[in-house]
Amino acid sequence: METHFIVHDKADTVGVMVVENAVPGQELTGWIMETDETIALKALDAVPLGHKIALKEINSGDTVLKYGHDVGRAVASIAKGNHVHVHNMKTKRW
Amino acid sequence: MGRYQFLGYRRENGRVGIRNHVVILPLDDLSNAAAEAVANNIKGTLALPHAYGRLQFGEDLELFFRTLIGTGSNANVAACVVIGIEPGWTGRIVDGIAKTGKPVAGFAIEGNGDITTIANASRKAREFVQWASEKQRESCSIEELFVSTKCGESDTTSGLGSCPTVGNLIDKLDPLGATTCFGETSELTGAEVVCASRAATKEIGEKFMQVFRAYQEVIERHKTSDLSESQPTKGNIAGGLTTIEEKAFGNFQKIGKKAKFIDVLKPAEAPAKGPGLYYMDTSSAAAECVTLQAAAGFVVHLFPTGQGNVIGNPIEPVIKLTANPKTARTMSEHIDLDVSGILRREMTMDQAGDQLIEIMLRTCNGRLTCAEALGHREFVMTKLYQSA
Repeated sequence: METHFIVHDKADTVGVMVVENAVPGQELTGWIMETDETIALKALDAVPLGHKIALKEINSGDTVLKYGHDVGRAVASIAKGNHVHVHNMKTKRW
Repeated sequence: MGRYQFLGYRRENGRVGIRNHVVILPLDDLSNAAAEAVANNIKGTLALPHAYGRLQFGEDLELFFRTLIGTGSNANVAACVVIGIEPGWTGRIVDGIAKTGKPVAGFAIEGNGDITTIANASRKAREFVQWASEKQRESCSIEELFVSTKCGESDTTSGLGSCPTVGNLIDKLDPLGATTCFGETSELTGAEVVCASRAATKEIGEKFMQVFRAYQEVIERHKTSDLSESQPTKGNIAGGLTTIEEKAFGNFQKIGKKAKFIDVLKPAEAPAKGPGLYYMDTSSAAAECVTLQAAAGFVVHLFPTGQGNVIGNPIEPVIKLTANPKTARTMSEHIDLDVSGILRREMTMDQAGDQLIEIMLRTCNGRLTCAEALGHREFVMTKLYQSA
């Protein structure tokens, strides 16, 4: 079975697309590296290779978790299956 | 243990190199032309032109001397000709390199002019290169190897695949007594507390935090934005990295899961506590970082890339690996090891780490890296502030 996205840590709120041509509405298969679990998710956006996809609803201001750690904050409301990048997420530093 | 041996050049001071360069080293920007002329005259030599060396002072000047002396002293360099505008500082570089016991000679331009200097330096370079060409490789063991790492044009595949592949290698080679080094101080922003927890002692962790805070102060003093497009770079962002914190945790995968760092080095400072993992305070710009690590004595470099940074170094071979399938496909001439199978779940991290060890040992034995074959020789010194 093809893996469309990979999640570092069970606690993470985003995963990383590892295929090049995912389309909105596509049913995706994900792999959580930490626990070796397989999960399913419906893409809402065309998320490019290497870009992040939301694994759950993230409210504006919420901390985004990746590697099980704080990697920034949402600056817009993000739905499960949305593309997460500079348009809706920012650093907490600098 | 036996399979982790390689064929290297054992130098006068006992250190082991994997290349046999005869370097023509300019002291300063003014001496680049003469150094390049000598390298053109005498085949098999290598000039290292650079932009600095005039009116530097204080800590910046100390770093300048450490970098040039360290570069000439690196075990990948068999012998060195130094050319400078005047004899004083030229002699200081020569004396520094001479401590290794390797052949080194200095030539000054003032009072002689370029043409006489080039003729005299060319005669010495001819002698050195013929002498070096008779050096033979001999069997060396992994605890004699100095390995550095730094990643570049990272993307999210770096944190998923190529950086943890380097981490897997470090986890395997650290217990065998290899000397290894990571750096990139600004690129630990967000992961600094986790990084400090990987220091061998609380004191070393605190030393790391002091270096980290000092670098943050420089950024805070000069920044005009949140550094987006600088750190993370435009390429990082194109590859899906959004914040410095996200980039930092990806970068941090390079030191694996087990090894503890045993000291915090100044830029270009040689490790002095024996085998183990070292942290060096460096810029996160690829050529600056690798130049500092080479000047500290590291002889082979592991460079994970996501979007395809093409960097090389004149004296320290740079081995490039990527987990990005698109980069592996579209930039294959730059990639020494493709670990994109990790993302397809066709390759385990353990297998990827073993493949990296294999390509590293083959590189140590003499195999040219992609960057060497393509002529990438980025020699970029770190400058701390304005000259006087």
